[in-house]
Parts: sequence; C-alpha cells; structure tokens
Amino acid sequence: MNGSIHMTLNGLEVSVETGMTILDAARFFGFPIPTLCHMEGLSPYGACRLCVVEIGDAPQSKLVSSCTYPVEEGLIVRTASARVLRARKMILELLLASCPQSKVIQDLASEHDIRQQRFRQEHEDCILCGLCVRMCEEQMMAKAIGFRGRGEKRSIGTPFDIHSEVCRLCGGCIYVCPACQLRCTYTEPDKAICGGCVNISPPCVEKDSYDDMMCYMAPCVACEIKKD
Amino acid sequence: MTPPLNSLEVFKTFQQHLANGRKADHRTIVVSAGACGLASGAQKLIEALQAEMHDEDSAARVAVRVTGCHGFCELEPSLLVEPEGTFYPRVAVKQVSRLVKAVACGEVINDLLWTDPDTGKSVARMEDLPFYSKQVRKIMGRNEKIDPVRVESYIENGGYAALVKVLERGDPGWVVEEVARSGLRGRGGAGFPTGVKWRLLAKQSGREHKFLVCNADEGDPGAYMDRSILEGNPHCILEGMLIGAYATGATQGILYIRNEYPLAIAHVRTALEQAYEQGVLGNHILGTEFCFDIQIVQGAGAFVCGEETALIRSIEGKMGEPRQRPPFPIEQGIHGEPTGINNVETWANIPLIILEGAENYAGTGTSGSAGTKVFSLVGKIKNTGLVEVPMGITIREIVYDIGGGAVDGASIKAVQTGGPSGGCIPVSRFDLPIDYDSLAKAGSIMGSGGMIVMDNHTCIVDVAKYFMGFLKDESCGKCYTCRKGTQRMYEILEDITEGRGRKEQLELLEELALVVKDTTMCGLGQTAANPVLSTLRYFREEYLEHIKNGQCPAGVCKALISYSINEHCTGCGVCASNCPTEAIAGERKERHSIDASKCIKCGNCRSACKFNAVEVV
Ligand SMILES: Cc1cc2nc3c(=O)[nH]c(=O)nc-3n(C[C@H](O)[C@H](O)[C@H](O)COP(=O)(O)O)c2cc1C
Ligand code: SF4
Ligand code: SF4
Ligand code: SF4
Ligand code: FES
Repeated sequence: MNGSIHMTLNGLEVSVETGMTILDAARFFGFPIPTLCHMEGLSPYGACRLCVVEIGDAPQSKLVSSCTYPVEEGLIVRTASARVLRARKMILELLLASCPQSKVIQDLASEHDIRQQRFRQEHEDCILCGLCVRMCEEQMMAKAIGFRGRGEKRSIGTPFDIHSEVCRLCGGCIYVCPACQLRCTYTEPDKAICGGCVNISPPCVEKDSYDDMMCYMAPCVACEIKKD
Repeated sequence: MTPPLNSLEVFKTFQQHLANGRKADHRTIVVSAGACGLASGAQKLIEALQAEMHDEDSAARVAVRVTGCHGFCELEPSLLVEPEGTFYPRVAVKQVSRLVKAVACGEVINDLLWTDPDTGKSVARMEDLPFYSKQVRKIMGRNEKIDPVRVESYIENGGYAALVKVLERGDPGWVVEEVARSGLRGRGGAGFPTGVKWRLLAKQSGREHKFLVCNADEGDPGAYMDRSILEGNPHCILEGMLIGAYATGATQGILYIRNEYPLAIAHVRTALEQAYEQGVLGNHILGTEFCFDIQIVQGAGAFVCGEETALIRSIEGKMGEPRQRPPFPIEQGIHGEPTGINNVETWANIPLIILEGAENYAGTGTSGSAGTKVFSLVGKIKNTGLVEVPMGITIREIVYDIGGGAVDGASIKAVQTGGPSGGCIPVSRFDLPIDYDSLAKAGSIMGSGGMIVMDNHTCIVDVAKYFMGFLKDESCGKCYTCRKGTQRMYEILEDITEGRGRKEQLELLEELALVVKDTTMCGLGQTAANPVLSTLRYFREEYLEHIKNGQCPAGVCKALISYSINEHCTGCGVCASNCPTEAIAGERKERHSIDASKCIKCGNCRSACKFNAVEVV
C-alpha cells in the first residue's frame, strides 16, 4: 500500500506517504504539535489527547488525536485552530492539577501559558499514558507490566501485583515516564517506579547482580553513589 | 446425518403442517416469564398452572405456554388468554385454579381484570389497555406468541420464512438493497443506516473471513429491551443474522452477550442447538449452498465493551478498550478481518423487512427514521415497562398516554433518553417527535432506548451526578480527558449538590464538558458530557438555585435540605419510632419536632408519616 496522498495542512497543499499519521506529516512539514504519550519507536496509543488537531471543514469538523489518525486523501487538517488551542489548554490544566510535580507537564504548561488552576489539587504519580507498558512490551520484549481495571480504578502494574518474573529491571519504564522520572530514588523502592511498577524493585536496588544490564535510569542516585 | 429440514420444500411443508396443527377451540394461557416476570413471581404461577394441568378435563381444553416478557413490567406477573387476548395483571397463585376453570369454559373473571384508575372501568383485552393501545408491537408482540425454547413454535408462527424467501430468490444484492430501501437505522444508538453498512461489508472481497456480530452488551442502566428480545425470541436474531450473512457474504457469526444475562444466554444457546439440529444453521442450510455458523461469546459486562472496537478486542480475548477508527471494523475488525456489527433490535427487524417488504416497512415511522423502536420506560411514572412505538410519536404520548402520567399527584418535569450518555428533555418540549434527528437536535440521543421519567421530586443536578458517576466508573480510562474529565465533572457536580458549589465552577463545568466531548476517542467520551450539557441547557436555574441560594428545589440534595414537622401532625409517634438517630421528640397526640443537630436526613420519618406532616424545607 505504498504511495502518496494529498492533504491540506494548515492551508498548505502537501503530498505525504500513505501509512503516516497526521502527527508524522505535521512534524515533517515543521508544524509543532505537543505530545505526551507518543514516542518514536513505540506504537502510537492515543491516551493523553494532547496532540489533538482539527480535521474536516466547519461545521462538520472534529478533533482527533494526530498521533493515531492515519492520513487520508483530501484530509484537511488544522494543527493550531482556536478550538485545538482551547482543548490543549484544558488538557494541560487538568494534567497540572493532578500531576503538579512532573517536570514534563510543568514545562508543557508553561509553554502553553497555563496560568490558572481551577481544579482541586491532586498528587498523582501516573497519567496512564502507557509509555511504560509499550516500552516494556515493544522494546524490552518483557511484557512485565500492563493496564488493569477501568475508569477511576485503572492502574499500571504487574499481574496480581506480585514481583514479575519477566521484568529485567532495565528501568526502561522509568526512563520514559513523563510523570515520575524525577522522583525515582533508590531510597524508597516502593515509589521508585512510577505508579504501577511498585512491586518491582528498580535496578539500582539490586545493582550488584545486574552489573552489565542495559539500564535506562538517567539521573540515578544509585549509580552516582556507586561511582565513588 | 443430514438434518431433517434438508430442502426449502421440506421446510415449507413442515411450516404448513405446524400451522395446520393449531386447534381452533383450544384456549392457551400465556405466562409472561422473562427475567423480570420470573423475578416478580412468574415461576410460582407456572408451577401452579402445571399442577392444574394434571386435571384431565382442564388439560383437554386449556394449554399453557411460557413465553418471554410481554412488556408491562409494572403488572407482572401477568397472564394472557388466547385467542381472546384477555389480560390478567398481577395474578396471585391462589387465583390460578379459579382462572383455569373459567378459561376452560371460555369465561372471563371480571374482578381479576385490570381497572382503569381514571374511569374505574375494567378492561378485558390486552390491546385495549391504554398501555398497549398506542403501541405498535411488531417486535415485542411476537414474544407472546412464541415459546422461546422450542424452534417449532417459532417456525409455526412464520419463523425462518424470511430466510426461505431470501434463499429462494437467490440474490444477495437484492437483500442488501431491500434493507437499504426500508430505511432501517441501527438501534444500538448511533442510528447508522443498516443498508449502507451492509453494502460496505458486501464489497469487502478477497478476504478469508467475514464476521457478523450481534451486539448484546446492553450496558445502559435501566435498559433491558435487548435482553427481553433475546429471552423471548432468540430465533428471530439468528434468522436476522442468517439473512445478513447471505446478503453480505459473511462466514462467521458471533453473538456477544453480557454475562449478567443468564436466561438470555440459556435461551440463545438452546436456539442455536435447535437451529443446527433442524438444518437452518451450519453447512448447506436448508439443503442449499449457503453455509453460516454462529457462536456465543460471553462478555464481562463492561459498558464500554458495547463500543464496536472495544467489543472486537473483547471478542479477541483482549482487554475491552476502544481504538482509533479509521480503520473501521467493516474493513479491519475481528483478527483484522471485515466485521459488521449490529444491535439486537436491528437484527430483530431484518426478518420483518424481508417478509413485509421494504416499502411496507418504511410505512411505519417517519421519513428519516423508519419502523418502530422499543423503549424501556421507567422512573416516576405509573406504567413502567417495555413499550414499542412507531418512530415519530411524541414524548407526550409515550409519557402520558402509554405511561399513564405522574404518580401520586406529582408533576412530571423531564425525561432522560439515551442512557448515561443521553440528555434530559424538559416537559416544555414534550411535543418533540421521537426520532434520531429530533432527539439529537434537542441535545439528547436515541441511544439504545432507555427512557427515564423524572418529576418534581427529582433533582436535575443529582441526576447529572448519577450519570457522571456511572461514566467515570465505566470509561475505559484510556483517554486522559475522558477518565480525568468525567472525574472532574463528577467532582464539581458533587460540590454543587453538597452545597460547596461556586458560580465559577458552573462555567468551568461547561468549558470542561465541551473539551471532553471534543477530545475523546470513542462514543463514550464523546457523549459523556451530554448529561451535563443538556441539563445546563434546560435547567440552569436549578443549578443556580443550588449555588446561589443553597437550595435544592426538588428536596433531594441532603446538604441543602432539612426536615420539619408541620401542623398536620397528629402526634402518633410513628416518625419517632422510625428515626434511626432518635432525633424526633414529642408528647403523644401532640405535634412532634425534629432536632436538626441529630437528624441525618435519611427521610425515614417522611415515608413513615401517614398524614404528610413531615416536609422538606
Ligand atoms: C460506550 C458505548 C456503548 C455502547 N453500547 C452498546 C450496546 O450495549 N449495545 C449496542 O447494540 N450498541 C452499543 N453501542 C453502539 C455500538 O458501538 C454500535 O454502534 C452498534 O452496536 C452498531 O449497531 P447498529 O448499527 O445496529 O446500531 C455502544 C456505543 C458506545 C460508544
Ligand atoms: S524495568 Fe521491568 S517493567 Fe520496566 S520496562 Fe524494564 S522489563 Fe519492563
Ligand atoms: S507510570 Fe509513567 S509511563 Fe507509565 S503510564 Fe504512568 S505516567 Fe505513563
Ligand atoms: S473516550 Fe473514554 S471510553 Fe472511549 S476510549 Fe477514550 S477513555 Fe476509553
Ligand atoms: S500524543 Fe497523541 S494522544 Fe498522546
């Protein structure tokens, strides 16, 4: 199914390869779209909704997540219409109200000029973006963690909340997490890995037995200490 | 072994033979025994009737048939006597013996008939009851006629004749166009034209499999029409799917039924076994080249699994979670193969369309919405039950003529249609005709057909909160704006009902509702804001009353009301003995009073008082 299609991107007539997503196309042509749950090398999932763009002609136009929506012949896309910006701001306000400690979210919020905080303050350490799950499954081939439950009770974790046999303690999940990366310290293994992985001890804790492991933990206290 | 019905001719002879076998002078007592009838005592009635049948005299003249639900839930357990159509509501076991004797002699027992509360007159025939007289029961009406666990009963009543007609004609394209011409739109909620869907499915060629799914997930609270069709007439669903398969070239059928429907599953399972045995399902159906299989998949009963893409994942054995469309299921569904999904009621309409012809079918209903629709009419209304009405009927007719209006002198304020993701329609707009487009314009949806009536004792904010609570638990949780958005909307509604609401929160609520609607992936999130948006549209005053004046006009929100005892009090003391916190004091035969500091606002006193002396202020 290789070939190309024609579409309109922010008024620009462009031709792009079939099989691309709107996000790919927009980025290719230099239109920025903020994302949270999207990462090169992982399959698109469409959880955070931050990447929404407007497609179609008003009044039938609608918002779709650009990271999951495939390009189509004749598609009309606006990546920064008033409707898109309004939605983006609300999403960031929601994120900031629930996950104020995340550096990634703080940065996005300030980039988008979020100046109010109208929801009750919460302190959650997971936005259920699913990056960790996809990292673990698609890059680490481990499938140690996954989603459980639905609605308010949805969470990330290992099956039955017991220490996973297949987890390789690579830390990849922590590395990709936008919500908890900076809070990862080996002193509190329970909190070390974002929301779901609470039952896995992070690599740093058992560093000795995993000397040659592939480790993703970027600012890692354990490693810092070990160097000395 | 070849099944008995091995050619179209054999089938027709068999059907004729069954129809000829009916005894003209024979009377039949029909028991409405759907899951709801059974819950209100139909099983005991059936046992009592069977005991009466031991009497040879009675057994020679009277037969008993146990069928699915007849729709008038309020008056279950009820009996119907054929051929006259005499209706006996709320029959007690001790009346059975007398009834059977009367029926055997062709008599009617007047004092057991239904009496019209308005005129005081009794009504004998089912179709003369106001509840039934305005209905057009094309689908539900077959429930009375058919014993759901006997395929012969279905065939005797014209069952599988539509399939035979289609096979005789031998032109799948004609079937698709006939369904398109009928104007049938999907009954599962969105109202997508079924003929168009089938055309797209028929076009998918060169693929190994093609699936047809019957969506019987029915997760809306208070809706149970799909269940009653599955329980009462399972073969009509199989026949609909067979016709659909013939028309679209589908190879495999799946009935996705929620686990909470054990009786429906049992009846469908029996129906499948019998259909295979008789040769109307499986390989070389009725001796033709046409082959089709149907299997049951039991769903875990999550509301979101009713959504097409989540349903597909659930059938594949994965977590029920919607995915991006496109690609649409019609191109890439179960295991990547083309998949056509229709609702139970949609399937039930198919044999009707084929038998009576598209033009005749389209004669019922409106130009944009053809046919009938079954609603489950519940809430603050006299006659609750399943009602089947032609599209285009007004809400007023349903609520007042069929439903009998408000209970106990209350006044009706609104109806909520479309289940949790539907909206409220105020009494001022009750002349709205019921069809897909009018309801959507009024800010609600047809949905699967839930209709909840609310009166002046129902708080609109509380209703919105109830539905939001449901949605926040049932959202799959994938989209951040659906999961968090429903939680935050619930939080704000909770603040308002608990007296903490602020004016700015109302604006925030509206702003958030629009963003949730805009930015979510599937139908659940896209409609999750409806309960808020439609109530704000029609009942903003009631919201403001809570926020500005700290009052709940309906007297529901506990934080905003208090109970007091007025001058009608006779001092009987019943309220005091029902109060769990001993908040009520008073001398016998003198007016009592409530200590507000102890009162937990449970409302027990108010329900207990026979003199309407406890009031909400
Ligand atoms: C959250 C959600 C729940 C749904 N639940 C049901 C359901 O219980 N039964 C149903 O038939 N359709 C349900 N639908 C609609 C289906 O996705 C689908 O549109 C329908 O089954 C198609 O059949 P139809 O064209 O015959 O209506 C639901 C949709 C959404 C978004
Ligand atoms: S640390 Fe374990 S759970 Fe996390 S990505 Fe690696 S293997 Fe998966
Ligand atoms: S733990 Fe982190 S990476 Fe995993 S879903 Fe939550 S926020 Fe995303
Ligand atoms: S809109 Fe809600 S239910 Fe639908 S996919 Fe998103 S989170 Fe799940
Ligand atoms: S980046 Fe597209 S939904 Fe998260």
